[in-house]
This record gives sequence, structure tokens and C-alpha cells, in this order.
Amino acid sequence: MNSSRRRSTRLWAALLPILAIPLLAACYPDNPQSTFDAVGPVAKSQLNLFYWIFWAAVFVFVVVGGILMWITLRFRRKPGDPDPAQTHGNTPLEIGWTIAPALVLVVIAVPTVLTIFDNLNSPDPDALTIDVVGHQWWFEFRYPHPDGNGDAVVTANELHIPVGEVVNVNLDSKDVLHSFWIPKLAGKVDLVPGNENFMWIQADEPGEYLGQCAEFCGEAHALMKFRVVAESRSEFDAWLTAEAAPAQDPVDPLAQQGKALFEGGKAQCWSCHTVAGSSKSRGQTGPDLTHVWNRGHIAAGVIENNQRNLRQWIEDPQSIKQGTIMFRDAKIYSDPERKLTDADVAALVAYLQTLK
Amino acid sequence: MTTLSIPVPSRPVHPTGVWGWITTIDHKRIGILYGVTAFIMFITGGLEALYMRAQLARPDQELVSPEVFNQLFTMHATTMIFLAIMPMGAAFFNYIIPLQIGARDVAFPRLNAFSYWTFLGGALILKLSWFFGGAPNAGWFGYAPITGIQYNPGHGIDFWAMSLQVLGIASLAAAFNFIVTIINMRAPGMSLMRMPLFTWMTLITSFLLVLAFPVITVALIELMFDRFFGMNFFVPAKGANPLLWQHLFWIFGHPEVYILILPAMGIVSEIIPTFSKKPLFGYPVVVLSGAVIGFMGWMVWSHHMFTVGLGPVANSVFALTTMAIAVPTGVKIFNWMGTMWGGSISFKTPMLFALGFIWLFIIGGLSGVMHSSAASDAQQQDTYFVVAHIHYVLFGGSIMALLAGTYYWFPKVTGRMMNETLGKINFWLVFISMNITFFPMHFIGLDGMPRRIYRYSSEYGWDFWNLVASIGAFALAFAILVFMINVIRSAMKGEKASADPWDGRTLEWSIPSPTPEYNFAQIPTVRGIDPFWAQKRERVPVAPVAGGSGEDDAHSIHLPQPSYWPFLASIGLFIGAYGLVYYQSIVGMTAGILGLALTIVSVYAWSFEPVNDPEEEH
Ligand code: HEC
Ligand SMILES: [Cu+2]
Ligand SMILES: [Cu+2]
Repeated sequence: MNSSRRRSTRLWAALLPILAIPLLAACYPDNPQSTFDAVGPVAKSQLNLFYWIFWAAVFVFVVVGGILMWITLRFRRKPGDPDPAQTHGNTPLEIGWTIAPALVLVVIAVPTVLTIFDNLNSPDPDALTIDVVGHQWWFEFRYPHPDGNGDAVVTANELHIPVGEVVNVNLDSKDVLHSFWIPKLAGKVDLVPGNENFMWIQADEPGEYLGQCAEFCGEAHALMKFRVVAESRSEFDAWLTAEAAPAQDPVDPLAQQGKALFEGGKAQCWSCHTVAGSSKSRGQTGPDLTHVWNRGHIAAGVIENNQRNLRQWIEDPQSIKQGTIMFRDAKIYSDPERKLTDADVAALVAYLQTLK
Repeated sequence: MTTLSIPVPSRPVHPTGVWGWITTIDHKRIGILYGVTAFIMFITGGLEALYMRAQLARPDQELVSPEVFNQLFTMHATTMIFLAIMPMGAAFFNYIIPLQIGARDVAFPRLNAFSYWTFLGGALILKLSWFFGGAPNAGWFGYAPITGIQYNPGHGIDFWAMSLQVLGIASLAAAFNFIVTIINMRAPGMSLMRMPLFTWMTLITSFLLVLAFPVITVALIELMFDRFFGMNFFVPAKGANPLLWQHLFWIFGHPEVYILILPAMGIVSEIIPTFSKKPLFGYPVVVLSGAVIGFMGWMVWSHHMFTVGLGPVANSVFALTTMAIAVPTGVKIFNWMGTMWGGSISFKTPMLFALGFIWLFIIGGLSGVMHSSAASDAQQQDTYFVVAHIHYVLFGGSIMALLAGTYYWFPKVTGRMMNETLGKINFWLVFISMNITFFPMHFIGLDGMPRRIYRYSSEYGWDFWNLVASIGAFALAFAILVFMINVIRSAMKGEKASADPWDGRTLEWSIPSPTPEYNFAQIPTVRGIDPFWAQKRERVPVAPVAGGSGEDDAHSIHLPQPSYWPFLASIGLFIGAYGLVYYQSIVGMTAGILGLALTIVSVYAWSFEPVNDPEEEH
């Protein structure tokens, strides 16, 4: 009886490490925000550190859990058992199991500290530096002007970076806290109003990476996303030059009508949006729309950018993003006299489609 | 008191029924009130969680609006932490501590009643916000500046802040009471190093409460000043640094998590020796590690702020202190294992829950160590991985231990045993469904799902595990239902319990079940740890105190009389705090002033009220 009990005990203990395998299999690196598919040095160092600690934890769990399992099976009460010996402790043993976890911790503490310093100190302070500004509920990105004239090239929700290069990122917020997180490229750093933060990122492979605000920031926090487009240096330079150019005046009459609406009339889009090249549109509340038609998505990564969706966004932004400031504050949605007609919306969309 | 001519009914003598409960100052009844209220709050917090899990079961659902979802997670966490787990701890402190130290009541029985009623007032202020004025919506740690009037013009945050202030008063009063009780009211011979472990953990928890709550009180006052009077403690546009709030909150908040877990560890440290029939292994080390945890709990707060940009030096320091705190925690686990080693372990329901606690706490502890590594935590912070971690330590830890404690001490409270079969079913249901609910959250967290999002779309690949977690949550609700059925059934017609159903080791098992009103007919004298075990096995008598109390019998024991004043003082606080939320209206301001006046008058009257009215003969 005793030996069979022992065998079953050993069997149980042997099963424990096997439990760790489905643990990792349950995560899917293919997922667009999986931290297991690290594509840049920062995310990679964080993933390596994670694995290191994870296996240390599995080791501890297996040893401690195995012993715990063994004890509970081995020392079950049997009918007629006498009182066990009333041992009160064992000093060497207790010293031993105080030191043992401390040693395990040293094993994870050293790489932790090294990685902390690596991740927060840029390997190349002179590299491209982008300012990220959080807004309820979208991201503003500001690039240095390619002419080096000190101006900023402003865009939103779609961050272009040259692949394989260090990119420095300064982080700030216009309103509440947000957090800047691209799981495949780097762990998050918060956007704290009035408290500029710093991080650096690098994408080792070209492609599109999803990012998301990770600090609760109010009603539409769940829908505050963005994309990172990592492209070759030449593609990036071309993109930045195009972004730096002011918007062209529309030639199509419908679009011209849209521009007129945008910059005056009842729509009042100009009061919140900037369109470089327009003398009127200088608003700061919403994203810069100078080249909005070039962006893949609108409303902070929530829907694709196409004619239909632009239409829906202007008609009823609330249906796409509940809580959005555009719906809350733009008069066209609260003042029946200013309500846009279908023709107005069509004109505005036509205008936006020229902003490329 | 004839000098005081306030038109209130004369002092209650031996009230019965509801009136008896309202005026009671008996620590046992107050303990039961705490327990029942906290459990009801636990149910409400659970329903809030179910609502969220229903919304998140499938991608892109629209069961709730984002605004309501934000209120749900804020209320769920605030409820579970402040209205469920903390007062459940208080329920056990109240009922058990005097029994474990051989006392007839706590040091300040009326203050004790005041603590309870004030807690209830604070709880109502928070919970009623669902029905009037809107619930708070900024998360349980209410990070500035989103709690500011500019971003949050409704009354939800005001209710939240006022409620926490009132709850803070309740907690402080209770903590002082237990510190004095434990230090001053121990039976003769019970030196500090002979105190049961649960009493020790209560003492440490009470000190943490006394030191931690003032910090959040100050922070909340600053927040209220910002909101009410346009001050700028947390307004970045006026040059404030919103991180101030985070520092203050977590200097309170991290000790707070030990306030939630140390009582649980105390309960487990009682149950494991009893059901192994061995004394706690390494008693002094377990006590010391509890104290070290309590102490080091003050040095780790910024591990909640690894991503706010404190810089590599601060992040490294807080990573290291946080890792270090795993050592005393591990020591406790090893000592529990040492206790069981060579023991004669009986797997009654309390022991099952205690073992469940250890397993789940190991997992929660290990994921905590993962978080402590600031660099890799940048990927986990504010994701579902943290949500998994906190539920392993707070559900797997605190709640499991509180359930264990309920099964353990139920016979002492009611005089009846809880049903063992239902208990075992209950344990396995809780244990399995808890893992189904919370384990998958590790996966979706590492797969990039942030916490506090009211919806997600399918392309992210989080559908499957979210569905599993939601199914687990409903199964967990069912498991809690089984617990309720068992409690109610057993209280009504459970098997009659003997005085010492588990072959216990501490003093509470030496007196009849249910506990008589006066607890101990004779105050015992203590000669070591586990005095009752020693009396049973080694025939060391738990002798009555020298000096005549040997003649004590049930009729000649003086117990303090019931009183209205604590209840009235608490009502005043409730009305006052509620009124102040609406300070801009005449009605609100009047209510605020009248309420606080009622509190002051009541406290004044109470302080002149003798413990026993001389005119009243028992
Ligand atoms: C009250 C200020 C306000 C007004 C007025 C306003 N918007 Fe917006 N708009 C915003 C904000 C804020 C956003 C960002 C929404 C989000 O993602 O949460 C936005 C987003 C947009 C976007 C999507 C940009 C992107 O890249 O995601 C478009 C397009 C847009 N607005 C067009 C318009 C048009 C056309 C008008 C005039 C009819 C208009 N807006 C008027 C504030 C405003
Ligand atoms: Cu956010
Ligand atoms: Cu903490």
C-alpha cells in the first residue's frame, strides 16, 4: 500500500513540468499584438527576459509544487494514526529555505537591471526623434522637418519609421494619461501630461505593427489604437517629404465646395483640424488632416480609410467610436440648424480625398 | 447622565430583535454584521464582474456602453477591495481575536460598533451611486488627472472619494481598536510570542492600516479640493505633476494589498497546524516574515509605476525591493509545508481551502515576481496578465483563505457544523472554476490585450480565451451559490457542533459552541503557544487567573451595555458625507452640516456615557 502510494505520488510530481508546455502553446505569436513575436531589439530583450524568468518560475513551481503534492499525499491521516511528533522547527532548514529563494532571485535580478538600463537609454541619441502626443482618443506624431528648418511635420495615428534603425520617441500628453505600446516592438511607456517621457524603438523587419493605448484614459480608451509602418529608408524619406508638403488646392468643383464648407459655413471643421497650406484650418483639437487620405485607417486605427467610412465618420462619428470628442464638441451634431445634408457630406468627403 | 438633555430614548438595556443588533457592542455580533454585510457586497461586486465578463465573452459585443463598462470595473474593484475583502477580514478580527487571546470583548466595544456602522455608511455611499448621480468611472486607483472636474464633471468621483474617506474612518477606528485589544487584553501568560498566528497577522495588518490610510486620506482631500474649490493639486495645465497622485495612491495601495493578504495568511496559519495535528513549523520565523512583509511593503510602491518614466535607477531599485519581498513570502509557504511534513493531515473542507490557497498563491506569487522585473513588465503592465495576477492573489489568496476561515470557525459562531459533502463540492467548484476564469487571462495578456477595454475585435485573436474566462466566471458564480446554500442550510439545520470539533489548538476551542455571550466563564492563564492543545494532551491546565475570578460564573460577569451613540455618530457621518457631495445645493450643504453636527453631538454624548449605567442593575 505504501509503495503504490509512493508511485502515484511520483507520477503526480512527474506530471507537473508537462503542465508548463501548454502554457506557452496557449499564446499565439501570430496575433497582431502578441508579445511572443518580438520584431525589434527592445521587445526581444524583454521577451528574452520574460522567458528567463518564466522558466525560473516553472522550475520553482515544479519543485515547490512537487514537494507540496508529495507531502499532502504522503502524510494523509489514516484511521488510528497516533498524534505526530510535535516538532516546532529546524533552524538550519529554515535558514536554507530563506537563502534558496534569494539565490533564485539573484538569477533574475541581474538580467533585469541590465535590461532596464538598455531599454531606457537610447543606443543612438542622434537618430530620428519623433514626438508622440496623446489626446483623448488618438495619437499625434510630430517629425522633424526634412529640410531641417526646425518645423514639425505633423500627422496622426500612423507612425512611419525606417526599418532597422533606432528611432527615439519623446512622449507627452495633452490631457489625461495614456500609454504608448507596440507589443511587437517595445513594452509600453506612459504619456503623462507635462512630464515628458522617453523610449526608443526599432523594427528589424518591414511591415505594419499594431499599437494600442494601454493606460485607461476615459470613454473611448478601448478604441485608441495606432499603426506603425516600418519601411525602407528610401520609402520613409519619400513619405516624410510628401507629408511635409502643404495640401494642394482642390480642382474638382465638388471638392472645392467641400473645402469651403470645411473652412467656414456651418461645418466649422477648421476649428478643430489643421490642414497645412490652408490659412483657415489651424485647429488643434483633432488630428492633422493635411494628408489624411494617405492614411490607411481613421479614427485612431479603428476603421479603414475609404470613401464609405469617411462618410459614416462625418455623418455619425459616435457610431464608430462612442464618446469621441468630435461628436461631443462639434456643433454640427448638436445644433439642428447646422446639421449636414447628404450633399454637404459628399462634398466634405470629396475634399478629404484630395488631401494626399 | 442627567446633565445631557437631548431628546433620545433612554439607554437600551437588554434590547432584542433588530434593535438589539443596532445597539449591540458585542464583538461577536459586530463580527457577524461585518461578515454578512461584506458578503452581500461581495455578491454585488461579483455581479458587476459577471456583467463585464458577459460583455467580453464575444468580440465586439454591445451589451453595455463604454461608460457603463468603465463604471463596472471601477465599482467591481473598489467593492471587492474595500467593501468585501477588507471587512471580511474585519469580521474575523472581530469574532476571533478576543477568543484567541482569552478576552471578553475588544478594548473599545462602542468604537467597534462605530467602525461597523461607519463602514456600512461608506459602503452605501459608494453603492447608491449606481442609482443616484452615476457611479465612479476612473478605475479603482483613480489616476489623476482623469478624476479632475474637467474630465469627470459628474458626481461619480465625488461619491467614490467620499466613500473612501468614510471607509477610512471606519478602518482607522477598527485598527486602533485591535492594536489596543491585542496589546492590552491578552490573557495572563499570553506573551506576544505565544499569540496565535492569526492574532499576530491582525496586529500587523492593523498597524499597516493606521499608517497607510492617512496617506490616501490626504490624497483624497487634495482631490476633493481640486474638484470642489478649483484647486490645482493634480491639474497639469496649472503646473501640477499628476504623478503625485500615483505616488500617494500606491504608498497607500501597496501596503493595502498586504492588508488584504496578511489576514488570509493568518487564517491559513491556524488551519494548517490544526488539520496536520502539529504546531506551526518555525513559529518565530513565520511571525517575523509577516512583520518583514509588512515593513517591506512600504518600499515597493513604485512597482505599480514602472512605465510612468521614473528612470532606470528608480525602476531598478523598486524591481529589486519587490523581488526581495518574495523571500519572506516564500518562507511562509515553506513553513506551512514544514508544518504538514510528518503530520497527520485530514482533508476536511477548511484544510482543502487552505491548501487551495497555497497552490493559487504560489501561482500568483510567481506571476508577481514576473511583474517585478521592470523591463519585461513593460509588456505586461496594464494588460490582462496583471488582471490574472491580482485575481490569483486576491481571489486565490484572500478569498480562498476567507472561505477556509468560514468553514473553520462556523461551528464556533453558530454551534453547527457546515455540511462536509457540500463543502467538498464547494471547494472543487471554486478551485476549478477560479482557474478556468483567471488562468486564460495570462494568455490574452501576453497576447497584447490591455485591461479596461470594453470591447475588442476578432482580428486580435483574443476570442477563445475570453470566452473560456467568461464561462469560468459564471461557473465561479455557481460555486459561490453553493457556498451560500451550505451556509444557510448548515446554520438552520446543520449537525450540532461540539466545543472543539477539529481538535483545535488555540483558546477559542476551549469554550462552548456557539460562543457564550461572555466568551470565557473564567479567564484562562496561558503557558505556551497552542495552550488548548497543551491542556488536552499534556494536561497543562489552562488555569483561571489567580485572584478570585475562579468564582466567575455567567451571572456575575460584567459586560458593557449597548449604546445608541456609535450608531448615531455613524449615521451622521453618512448623511454628512452624502450631503457634501452636493455641497453646491442648499439641501446638500444643510445635510452636510447637520450630518457632521449629529456625529459631533453623538461622539460627545458617547464620551460621557459610562460603560455601565450605574442606575441599571443587571
Ligand atoms: C470639436 C472639434 C472637431 C470638429 C469641429 C471636427 N472634428 Fe474631426 N475630429 C476631431 C477629433 C477629436 C478627432 C479624433 C477622433 C478620434 O479618433 O477619437 C477627429 C477626427 C477626424 C477624422 C479622422 C482623422 C484620423 O486620421 O483619424 C476626420 C477625417 C475628421 N475628423 C473630419 C472632420 C470634418 C470633415 C469635420 C467638419 C465637418 C470635423 N472633422 C470637425 C475633432 C473635431
Ligand atoms: Cu487609453
Ligand atoms: Cu504593489
